[in-house]
Amino acid sequence: MSTAAYTVRDSATMLRRNLLHIRRYPSLSIMLVAQPILFLVLFVYVFGGTLGAGLPGLPGEAGGSDRGDYLVFLTPGILFMTVASVALGTAISTATDMTTGIIARFRTMDIARVSVLTGHVLGAVIRTGFAVTIVTGFAFLLGFRSDAGPLRWLGAIGLLVLIAFSLTWLTVGLGLAADSVETASNTPLFLVILPILSSGFVPTDAMPAGLRQFAQHQPVTPMIDSLRALVTGAPTGSDLWLAIGWCALIALLGYLWSRRLFLRVPAT
Amino acid sequence: MTTTSPAIEVSGLTRSYGDHTVLDGVDLTVPEGTVYALLGPNGAGKTTIVNILSTLLAPGDGEIRVAGFDVRREPAEVRAAIGVTGQFSAIDELLTGAENLRLMADLAHLDRARATAAVTLMLARFDLARAADRRAQTYSGGEKRRLDLAMTLIARPRLIFLDEPTAGLDPRSRRDLWAIVRELVSDGVTVLLTTQYLEEADQLADRVGVLDGGRLVAEGTAAQLKRRVPGGHVSVQFIDAAGLAATAAAHPEATVDAEALTLQVPSDGSIAGLRRVLDGLDDDGVAALTVSSADLDDVFLALTGRTAEAPAAEGIPA
Repeated sequence: MSTAAYTVRDSATMLRRNLLHIRRYPSLSIMLVAQPILFLVLFVYVFGGTLGAGLPGLPGEAGGSDRGDYLVFLTPGILFMTVASVALGTAISTATDMTTGIIARFRTMDIARVSVLTGHVLGAVIRTGFAVTIVTGFAFLLGFRSDAGPLRWLGAIGLLVLIAFSLTWLTVGLGLAADSVETASNTPLFLVILPILSSGFVPTDAMPAGLRQFAQHQPVTPMIDSLRALVTGAPTGSDLWLAIGWCALIALLGYLWSRRLFLRVPAT
Repeated sequence: MTTTSPAIEVSGLTRSYGDHTVLDGVDLTVPEGTVYALLGPNGAGKTTIVNILSTLLAPGDGEIRVAGFDVRREPAEVRAAIGVTGQFSAIDELLTGAENLRLMADLAHLDRARATAAVTLMLARFDLARAADRRAQTYSGGEKRRLDLAMTLIARPRLIFLDEPTAGLDPRSRRDLWAIVRELVSDGVTVLLTTQYLEEADQLADRVGVLDGGRLVAEGTAAQLKRRVPGGHVSVQFIDAAGLAATAAAHPEATVDAEALTLQVPSDGSIAGLRRVLDGLDDDGVAALTVSSADLDDVFLALTGRTAEAPAAEGIPA
């Protein structure tokens, strides 16, 4: 028996199952996309005028920023929030799935067991793709413009996929570790808070000392900075490598943790 | 005696949760191609046995071989040989019946053509063809159970576990399910089922194990178990109290129900015993007469000192 071939086949089967779930339960997807859009509208129209005036001027532009500049500044942070929002949904759907009887059936079958989780992760990455597309479209509707060429957009898409992949392995673990669906919907909330405490909404230089240090060194900041550099055409510098490194680390730890949680034979 | 190894071989299985012993030295052998029923009330340890044998739960102490494989060292081989339909519905409610079956066919690594054929076959065999494209969450209890079983059987396992397969089903669905189990057995499949329904064990099983408090308190064919217990009786209904009193006086061992004008005389089921009762009866004084052999309820009462806790609302008419 070729284990690797069966793992791929079982993962594809489980992915199909998860895509059907996403299609059959559209209200969750709508809720997950609505949240970042709400943040986008709220921040651009309520705070955007004032926050824009406080921006030090975007790279490659002269100073004197306004609401429109703030939209450009904010959009990468909102894109990260979209990815985080879908990842949060994955914690909920994983925890919900674990309460259903079919998971017990999968455990009694001779299949690549981790494929149950791989199906969730790949399904979530595809769902993220749709969500990010909708939110990006919405940002353009509000007046977001980008000078970046197709290669840089491709880079941004690649980075978003990587972020989605790593955050999802983490939230699958949170979903498995949760003792109830309610817990699973609460524990990943830090993913929504972290971008606020990063360079996503205001430049970290504007923050007081202690918070600034946290914001500058937490993993979300290089991810958002890289996204911003890619879509505005600015140099990415070392941030991109830092972002990729963080993603790889989170994905690996999330995968190992989730795997261990799912494969353990319950003692009780 | 057959030369093949038994489908299930368990010796000295002990399992506890903390201080609470759930299974206390269970020995169990199920030959290939037979039906074994584990009979017992809630909490007797039936589901724990099924979960351990199907690799869902880590075993405590004891030797456990399923389909010839050790459940501890060779769980993947065990899983490849078995099919499990648990107590709780193991279907994907967001998928249609056909999609659920297709999922199982794909996970059994059937190729596309064989998977499609197997799905169609199962839908027809389990009377689900018309419900095939409906989401499983809209299915009735009976339909869900049939889909569940079809999903277990699509990979054609040679050994299946059915944990309380008819719990909560109406009498008709129950009989349908019994017919399916009999069909499986005629194909040579080995079945281990658990049940609280005494009639179910009687109807389906070659051997019955009575489980109480984590121990097998009795084992044998349904007939052997019944012979161990004096539960058979002749029940005579009289047309008046005088007839009842007269006959009751001749049978001091009998139970009198004055209100129903009925006398219940213990019987070993032999013709001689029946004749003794009949001889004392006046032809015109009797309204009705029934002869009952011991049923497994009597067995349970005699072995454990309690009646089996069959849910009253779901009781099956005898």
